Amino acid sequence: MFKTDGQLTASIEQKLKDRFGDGLISSELLVDMPTFTVHQEFIISILKYLYDDDLLQFRFLTTLCGMHFIEPSEKLGVVYHLHSLKHNLRIRLKTYLPMDNPEIQSATSVFAAANWMERETYDFFGIIFRDHPNLKRILNEDDMTVFPMRKDFPLEDQTREDKNDSMFGR
Amino acid sequence: MPEQKYFPEEEHKEFITLNLGPSHPATHGVFQNVLTMDGEFVVDTEQTIGYIHRAFEKLAERRPFYQITTLTDRMNYCSSPINNMGWHMTVEKLLGIEIPKEVEYKRIIIMELARIADHNICNSVIGVDSGALTGFVYMFQEREKIYEIFEEICGSRLTTNIGRVGGLERDFNEKAWTKIRTFLSEFPKVLKEFEKLLVRNRIFMDRTIGVGAISAERALNYGFTGPNLRAAGVDYDVRVMNPYSSYEDFDFDIPVGTHGDTYDRYMVRDQEMWQSLSIIQQALDKLQKMSPGVFHADAPSVYLPLKEEVYNNMEALIYHFKIVMGEVDAPVGEVYHCVEGGNGELGFYLVSDGGRTPYRLHFRRPCFVFYQAYPEMIRGRMLSDAILTMSSMNVIAGELDA
Repeated sequence: MFKTDGQLTASIEQKLKDRFGDGLISSELLVDMPTFTVHQEFIISILKYLYDDDLLQFRFLTTLCGMHFIEPSEKLGVVYHLHSLKHNLRIRLKTYLPMDNPEIQSATSVFAAANWMERETYDFFGIIFRDHPNLKRILNEDDMTVFPMRKDFPLEDQTREDKNDSMFGR
Repeated sequence: MPEQKYFPEEEHKEFITLNLGPSHPATHGVFQNVLTMDGEFVVDTEQTIGYIHRAFEKLAERRPFYQITTLTDRMNYCSSPINNMGWHMTVEKLLGIEIPKEVEYKRIIIMELARIADHNICNSVIGVDSGALTGFVYMFQEREKIYEIFEEICGSRLTTNIGRVGGLERDFNEKAWTKIRTFLSEFPKVLKEFEKLLVRNRIFMDRTIGVGAISAERALNYGFTGPNLRAAGVDYDVRVMNPYSSYEDFDFDIPVGTHGDTYDRYMVRDQEMWQSLSIIQQALDKLQKMSPGVFHADAPSVYLPLKEEVYNNMEALIYHFKIVMGEVDAPVGEVYHCVEGGNGELGFYLVSDGGRTPYRLHFRRPCFVFYQAYPEMIRGRMLSDAILTMSSMNVIAGELDA
């Protein structure tokens, strides 16, 4: 279990609320991780603010990954896990993007680590990161046309003919 | 910056493009680097990765929780038990299962043995890449002994699939205990000998000191973790910062370097092996005072029952069936859990929608995060330094590509 500091979390929430107003949509504690859902337009200014703030110092980007939700409405999401080594506090930032225009500002200006993480997210979810220095596929082949981690992409190769689905109860 | 020395801008120069990899004896894995070279100096490199991408995150979305363990095996295959345990602990965190101390200590023994095996390979390979093959041969014998212990505990060696959600699949047998004790008494001698070969070896020091250095600030910005970050001078270790599996009960140091170069990375790994040995010894001492024979939590709805019980006990049969068919639903929620893997913070971000499989599972693979700093670390250095830097970073292709 990670250390959760209720007081510090509350002060982060208050600071984000004061500074970004409607940019902060909601905040909650999920198991052992304070989670803030933020508006996608504010994401980089929030990351920068958390990075620069002398008290908080969230200067370590643990992960950045994509999400695809089908229910209740179809949307994409980007999840950031930040770590403040000063307080040993981990937080999660979530942001949602519409399916028809999944664009978000790149975090590479704040964290060098975000470079490949964003390329991976683009590769698998088709999320476009604006101002990314080199946004192209990373793990899949370059001429791939689909985004395989989206839920509508089937797990198995649909062109296969040697496998009879009815044999597998599907 | 050293690079300016080698290619002054006023001179017209033509660079050579050199294709290193994807399959090359010096890269220890499937990596491709398209190097731009000025003579023997590296100007820049473009990395291509993904040659052994196996879509683990997508596969995991269709597998019940207990079947994902085999996927984690194949990430950092030099220390797969750590990956396995990390995954079990993630699921246990989601399900809220309490694990008995005895099991946690046994897990620590397994994980620290795996860490020794991992560092063992990495350090001896640094030796190989700097031209010292001898040490490698001796160290691989010791790795073999660790694999024999794994074999005794779980039946397999490299991709172990060790442990279960809720504990271990079986208790350590007497042979395993003996092998662990023998290893603890014999390994220090070999490790000392290996240190004598390299640590103060003039050639080795000349080849590694100052090679592939990175500052602490850049390392943090690049998301470095594990020995690579500690070599740069940041004492960040998940085992101490966010103790899991009762690491807080153990007394050990975090070795740190100062320059973040190849020599420091080598030394940090070397010292970590000593720390791991001490942790295993402490765990053995602690376990002696505890009740023997405890190897799983009392969680029948998630812990796969023993085969004997399945054949002789009605309830165990029912639970076996339910677990194997994936009829035990997980609670809705999302957890992030991380362990100190062989080369850094190995994280699992698990989102569950209440079904038998994860809705989304993201692996934070330390290699993937820190390998992107590679061009910055080798710019302006010689090709042979680039090779050495890569092996000292301990980039594992399986983990890089997931």
